[in-house]
Amino acid sequence: MRHTISVLVENKFGVLARIAGLFSGRGYNIESLSVGETIDPQISIMTIVTTGDDRVIEQITKQLNRLVDVIKVVDLTEVDHVEREMVLIKVAPKKENRLELLKTVEIFRGRVVDSGATTYTIEVTGDEKKIQAFIDLMKPMGIKEFVRTGKVAIPREISRKKQT
Amino acid sequence: MGKMKGAEILIECLKKEGVKHIFGYPGGVILDIFDLLYDNPDIKLFLTRHEQGATHAADGYARVTGKPGVVLVTSGPGATNTVTGIANAFMDSVPLVIFTGQVPTFLIGNDAFQEADIIGITRPCTKYNILIKDVKDLARQVREAFYIASSGRPGPVLIDLPKDVTQGKTEFVWPEKVHIRSYNPTYEGNIYMIKKAANEIAKAKKPVIIAGGGCVISEAHELLKELAEFTQIPVTNTLMGLGSFPGTHSLFLGMLGMHGTYYANKAVQESDLIFAIGMRFDDRVTGKTSAFAPQAKIIHVDIDPTSIRKNVRVDVPIVGDVKNVLSALIKILKEEIKPQWSEIRKAWLKQINQWKKERPLTYEFDSAVIKPQYVIEKLYEVTKGDAIITTEVGQNQMWTAQFYKFDKPRRLVTSGGLGTMGYGFPAAIGAQVAYPDKTVIDVAGDGSIQMNIQELATAVVYDLPVKVAILNNSYLGMVRQWQELFYGERYSHTYLSTAPDFVKVAEAYGAVGLRATKPSEVEPVIREALSIRKPVFMDFVVDWKEKVYPMVPPGAAIDEMIFEEKKKERKLKAVK
Repeated sequence: MRHTISVLVENKFGVLARIAGLFSGRGYNIESLSVGETIDPQISIMTIVTTGDDRVIEQITKQLNRLVDVIKVVDLTEVDHVEREMVLIKVAPKKENRLELLKTVEIFRGRVVDSGATTYTIEVTGDEKKIQAFIDLMKPMGIKEFVRTGKVAIPREISRKKQT
Repeated sequence: MGKMKGAEILIECLKKEGVKHIFGYPGGVILDIFDLLYDNPDIKLFLTRHEQGATHAADGYARVTGKPGVVLVTSGPGATNTVTGIANAFMDSVPLVIFTGQVPTFLIGNDAFQEADIIGITRPCTKYNILIKDVKDLARQVREAFYIASSGRPGPVLIDLPKDVTQGKTEFVWPEKVHIRSYNPTYEGNIYMIKKAANEIAKAKKPVIIAGGGCVISEAHELLKELAEFTQIPVTNTLMGLGSFPGTHSLFLGMLGMHGTYYANKAVQESDLIFAIGMRFDDRVTGKTSAFAPQAKIIHVDIDPTSIRKNVRVDVPIVGDVKNVLSALIKILKEEIKPQWSEIRKAWLKQINQWKKERPLTYEFDSAVIKPQYVIEKLYEVTKGDAIITTEVGQNQMWTAQFYKFDKPRRLVTSGGLGTMGYGFPAAIGAQVAYPDKTVIDVAGDGSIQMNIQELATAVVYDLPVKVAILNNSYLGMVRQWQELFYGERYSHTYLSTAPDFVKVAEAYGAVGLRATKPSEVEPVIREALSIRKPVFMDFVVDWKEKVYPMVPPGAAIDEMIFEEKKKERKLKAVK
């Protein structure tokens, strides 16, 4: 199963390498990873999306916890949370498709952040499903390239532990 | 206090940590520190002949004392040469603090002379490592390094010291307390789980204790004995656990696993409760995990949460320090649960004694040729079981584990997890540094001893009377055993020939060399070696056909053992 794990770490050099090394050294997969500072500049937060059965996920969270620079590990999959991802997508539509494209962007509450003679670059934010749906709709329009940020996630204020 | 140089601060830190002995090797960028050791009355540095030797020596020192071993080497090759030693200590949870020199900060990343990214290289095999970029951080980082290395599940910590940091100046401030917000090992076990464990122990009809290296590290041997005797539960040890329970005790089953005793493996497989204490269910212990102890519930105590449920299912997980958990458990068992232990266990212990009689650990004595097991037995007899024994890796190690009975902890020093040939001899040197008056013997093979044989110079120069018992079979014996059993007797590249002459090697280094070629010479050679206050190589020319039995073939369940074929001289294809 797919899990979103939030990891609070000391903002020191080498910490990312340590976490990445843990995954590669033990044969776990990282589907996406995003890192940024928190309100305390000495602490960073990582959102890691990974897959594995219960035993693997248990090992991953334990192994992460064992690292000296890791302050806290939360498997967000177990709690109610909000998650978002952003994609920047460059599309080169045919002339007759342009209107439809702009309409779709609107429906997805996206924005055109750059436009040139032949391409539009569009920014869309949402959960994974929405991003995927948007990419699927853009495919027939002629995607040149796209970049995804990877997921960031945060627990809801009233965060019940999910029934497992 | 005025400003001090980084190198001076480091020395002050080491003094504050109570470091008396360091193992190391000098080089360009670490010279500022070595310079201060030139006439330092408080800290003695032992110059080994290879940085790997220094790391293993510090490791051996740490295992016999329980205190962190300290290594000091230069950058580049000096640092990379310590990697095997660090990985070895990491696998066996040995506290080490390794200081490596580094090129000045402004040259890092420039492929400078003798530059290596030792932090990157050792990241997966250290508990923690750090490059010091500012001399102001030095004292705190050293303090934290010693704390991290020796607390929780111990392990090696590496500190990389750029030359400009050791030469930089700042005020020396020793942090009295260590607080690392992201590092808080769990020492107390969950009391609810401990109660649950107590109930399982009281209910069990066929329980077995598997005690591992954690019992040694936590110094819980007395509590373990108390628990076993009080509840009448038989005890088996992992390789790392040997000595945590008296090897001569009637409840002792010997080692379990691939070369474990018949009765230990049998007891584990038939048990209804396994009480695993300070061990991690290594594959050499469990054999085929899906067939491991099929009817047993498992209680698992370990200070490292990642050890629990890593390899086998666990019914009662207890994260905590073995000593704390056992003392809480004993209290509950004594005060709250009071069954008639000896009555409950009678049938089980009878069954176990039956197994012990059925297939004891044996070998066939031969009056013409020395059996390696015989050498171990004689070592045990002559030293009265009271020596510090280090081993190399392979047959020598397994025979030692089987035939030397360790009654006390910290007496067996062996590379368990990584299985490092070349470990035993430098480790013996480290142990001898810690205890100059104790008998320290490295049980070696003719292959392993050659992997760090240069350290004989270290032993001679520092007058460390380490003894080495070489079980010389002219082969890489354990690999040869696998080739014989599983690769159709195709002895690919395991024959070492009879070179070198170990007696002459010893003499060339200024040590003493002795040789035994007949069983009758074994005991006299051992006695003579022990009477000489000098390093001694004892070259025992042993039966090259001898194999370590019982043996669980790789991938099999641990009760699917193979045993020695009796009285039938098998024809062996030899390249000799």
